[in-house]
Amino acid sequence: MDDMTIIAAASIISAGITMGIGAMGPGLGQGRAVAGALSALAQQPDAASTITRTLFVGLAMIESMAIYCFVISMILIFANPFWNHAIAQVAGK
Amino acid sequence: MRLSSDQLFFWHYGFVRLNGTILFTWGLMLVLAVGARLITRGLTTETSISRWQCALEIIVTAMKKQIEEVGLKNSARFLPFVGTLFLFIAVANLFTIIPGYEPPTGSLSTTSALALSVFIAVPFFGIKERGLRGYLRSYMEPTMIMLPFNIMGEFSRTLALAVRLFGNMMSGTMILSILFIITPFIFPTVMSALGLLTGMVQAYIFSILALVYIAAAIGPGTLPTKPAKS
Repeated sequence: MDDMTIIAAASIISAGITMGIGAMGPGLGQGRAVAGALSALAQQPDAASTITRTLFVGLAMIESMAIYCFVISMILIFANPFWNHAIAQVAGK
Repeated sequence: MRLSSDQLFFWHYGFVRLNGTILFTWGLMLVLAVGARLITRGLTTETSISRWQCALEIIVTAMKKQIEEVGLKNSARFLPFVGTLFLFIAVANLFTIIPGYEPPTGSLSTTSALALSVFIAVPFFGIKERGLRGYLRSYMEPTMIMLPFNIMGEFSRTLALAVRLFGNMMSGTMILSILFIITPFIFPTVMSALGLLTGMVQAYIFSILALVYIAAAIGPGTLPTKPAKS
């Protein structure tokens, strides 16, 4: 295998792993957050607006972890710096 | 495949290049400014008001209410900054229903500019409200040991603000273009409707987070003594 094949394979595989593991943790976290918010809503329907606002902000915080992983995997696939470096080296020869 | 509208060039002359992000941002600014000017030209306090004035009043009142619910008493001071953030991001994300338009919020340069303005506005409001010493003291609030972590948190939350908005909007565009390859007819429409919802939620979250950061910088001194009624 030459360098470019190794870079391509490693980027694609690690993009998949990044997305997979990166979706797992935030998924569990968001599930817990929504479950907590729902039981709070069932106990205190009057506080619905406060609970909903806090829930949205919290969900966005948790979700940003998954978004970071998504951005990393997109960079690995579409804008990979190592890949561009290898291409530039091959073109320079 | 393009990651963002930064790589979409319309015109270039020497080193000056007009990319999609700048063009769409200018368009949005034009629409917002001219629209606001046209609507506010005929403001009345009579019993019958125009539809547009009613819509604007609803938006402004809702934003004021949100600011007060976060715990900031005089909402008029924060409304220009936070309201502008919300309106710009919301309109930028809603315009995705226009074909050929790409949201400028889907480019990291726009979102980092917005996050940087929040980064500057937080100490600005904090110093204005508590004075320089009071604001600096808030960095070592629980104990002195927390000082480096508070400073790190200041930077990491700015990065998080920028990357969150960018990632959400970019993923929407990306998923749409992938779906167009796989199932070109109905499913992308559903996803773009979902993208509108995500865009509104992201605009809300961005401005609420900016508000929460400002409220944290101002400190508990200005909080209402009893919880605000909602």
